[in-house]
Amino acid sequence: MSEHTEHTLAAKSAKQVNDELLSSMRPPTFRWYLLITVLSLVVAWGTLAFAYQVMTGMSVTGKNRPVMWALYITGFVFWVGMSHSGTMVSAILRLSQANWRRPILRAAEAMTVFTISIAALFPFIHLGRNWVVHYFLPYPNQRGLWPNFRSALLWDITAITTYVIGSSLFLYLGMLPDLALVRDRTPEGWRKKMYAVLAMGWRGTAREWIVYQKASTLMAALIIPVAVSVHSIVAWDFAVTVVPGWHSTIFPPYFVIGAITSGVAAVITLMIIIRRVFHLEEYLTPLHFDNMGKILLVICLLWSYAYFVDVNITWYAHEPIEWETFSFMAGKYTPLLLLMLFGNSLLPITVLCFKKLRRNIGVMLVVTLLINVCMFIERFLIIVPSLSHKNMPFIWHTYSPSLVEISVNAGALAGFVLLYALFTKFFPIVAVTDVRELGVRHADVKLGRAEVHSLTEEE
Amino acid sequence: MEKLTSPYKWGMVVDLDRCTGCGACVVACQAENNVAICAKKEISEGRDMHWLRIERFWVGEYPDVRVRFLPVLCQHCHDAPCEPVCPVYASYHNPDGLNGQVYNRCVGTRYCGNNCPYAVRVFNFYDHEHAWPPPLNNQLSPDVTVRSRGVMEKCSFCIQRIRRVKEEAKAEKRLIRDGEVQPACAQTCPAEALVFGNMADPESRVSRLSRSPRRFKLLEHLGTHPSINYLKGGGREHV
Repeated sequence: MSEHTEHTLAAKSAKQVNDELLSSMRPPTFRWYLLITVLSLVVAWGTLAFAYQVMTGMSVTGKNRPVMWALYITGFVFWVGMSHSGTMVSAILRLSQANWRRPILRAAEAMTVFTISIAALFPFIHLGRNWVVHYFLPYPNQRGLWPNFRSALLWDITAITTYVIGSSLFLYLGMLPDLALVRDRTPEGWRKKMYAVLAMGWRGTAREWIVYQKASTLMAALIIPVAVSVHSIVAWDFAVTVVPGWHSTIFPPYFVIGAITSGVAAVITLMIIIRRVFHLEEYLTPLHFDNMGKILLVICLLWSYAYFVDVNITWYAHEPIEWETFSFMAGKYTPLLLLMLFGNSLLPITVLCFKKLRRNIGVMLVVTLLINVCMFIERFLIIVPSLSHKNMPFIWHTYSPSLVEISVNAGALAGFVLLYALFTKFFPIVAVTDVRELGVRHADVKLGRAEVHSLTEEE
Repeated sequence: MEKLTSPYKWGMVVDLDRCTGCGACVVACQAENNVAICAKKEISEGRDMHWLRIERFWVGEYPDVRVRFLPVLCQHCHDAPCEPVCPVYASYHNPDGLNGQVYNRCVGTRYCGNNCPYAVRVFNFYDHEHAWPPPLNNQLSPDVTVRSRGVMEKCSFCIQRIRRVKEEAKAEKRLIRDGEVQPACAQTCPAEALVFGNMADPESRVSRLSRSPRRFKLLEHLGTHPSINYLKGGGREHV
């Protein structure tokens, strides 16, 4: 197996490369149908649980006074966090012209679009009166009512809407040449028509490529601030309150770092799955896992630092009610807290220091999956214990999730996987043109007797 | 747009030396404001609907044990944490200094409930609209909305009573007199531990009482500027 993608490309014909990279779009197998059926059933179960909640009331959740937010908002923060990295990783690597990025771009960008869409459902699900959700929207009405833009929830809606649109455009723009490629390969039928419409008449002329290059660089530069702002705003949901344990100035950067941690980990997990399922071992090489592992290592170190600062400052200040919140969290949820610290900090930092382990796919799968489990726990430990032990000790209460809340969260997870599975079947999951561009740029140059392999850089 | 000003700033004084913890205020509030009666199960889940609660604390070791009562209701903060977080203005500040709650605007994000440091906002987890089977529905106050499931509710200082007296005063072209309006809790308190009135009038009973050296506010350090002043209790035991 060759280390660098460009060697693989040099050894193969264009058609062969296309065939291999688009292998995900071959006619579905029995196993694919089985997967889709199972996932659809879980989604249906989650939807049913939600419908039951709408019909019955919030009493079917485990919430109470004072724990008025719980597993739904945990899910919301978790999915927004995961959405972070797709676009961030893709945009940063595009701008820094890291050539190894090419095979993983699409997987990361698609992940962003689907996770943010899933995340956007949660604020709706957690409402007491879901049927008046339109009150959030600034639509003109004869009663002269307007939403309150001082509320962090309105900032949330604005940021998430922007991010959904931005990341979808980013994904779509990057996919244009590939859609044209797929259009040309597809036999006549409704699918060809669909691709023809989506490819918007792309023919691959020199001018189109110039405009495309400019547009994608611009888009990459524009999407980064949006991505950072989205998770800062989610952190403000908590930081702008007076709830002890939430009211912390480090929250926005801490949440952004946490989001990138879970996002990068999720991208690696997806890379491993895609590589295995669609036999892309020659394109997603250990080099990719090595590099992504390095990014993950840095982010995990940053996350550990941010977490340490948050706890340390609270301990140092020893403000009674804040300290009570932290003590309650450490006392009541000790196993969860320890698992979270192990999975988010200790394990990845130790493992990812070693090149051998970074290049070991099995190890990477375990580490990255555990990170995302632990990030979910981290969000839970931020949200619930703070609310349980607020300022008035007479109204302290604990929380345990109900079956409905767990079902809806399970449905969300299945929904994400379902969307992803459908996407891989209908759209190229590897950026074919980006990968082949690398092959074009690559050449073996003779310098005297030696043959050096060289790469033309992008401007 | 004309500036909304008002000659009234409604406030309350709670004298902890006078409070006996009898709970009459809780019952009065419930009767006046159509507060839902909750089953044992709902209360054990932490979903009781009381707008006003008597917090009970035991102080000291046996045999020298004393009990302290702290009536807690919405503090009608002037810098209320619940107001800016509501995305739809269901929680708002009115010119009289009251912290209002618009039930039919509330979408139920429960953000206000999280952000209220006094935890006095109660959420309709259950469907309480049918909590009064006939003929009990005849006891409902016609002046107060029966809240639907999924909305937040809380103490309003019996705003319906304030409105009524305001209209009467307006008809007679005068201001509301001190003591002319009282919320149900203050009206019912046998020990007169709860005193309600206009804080903007320096001569009102509530203003005079709040100048006591025993005065303190709940969680004053948070800077919420509550409209309720407490008078420190247990004076004879611990000075």
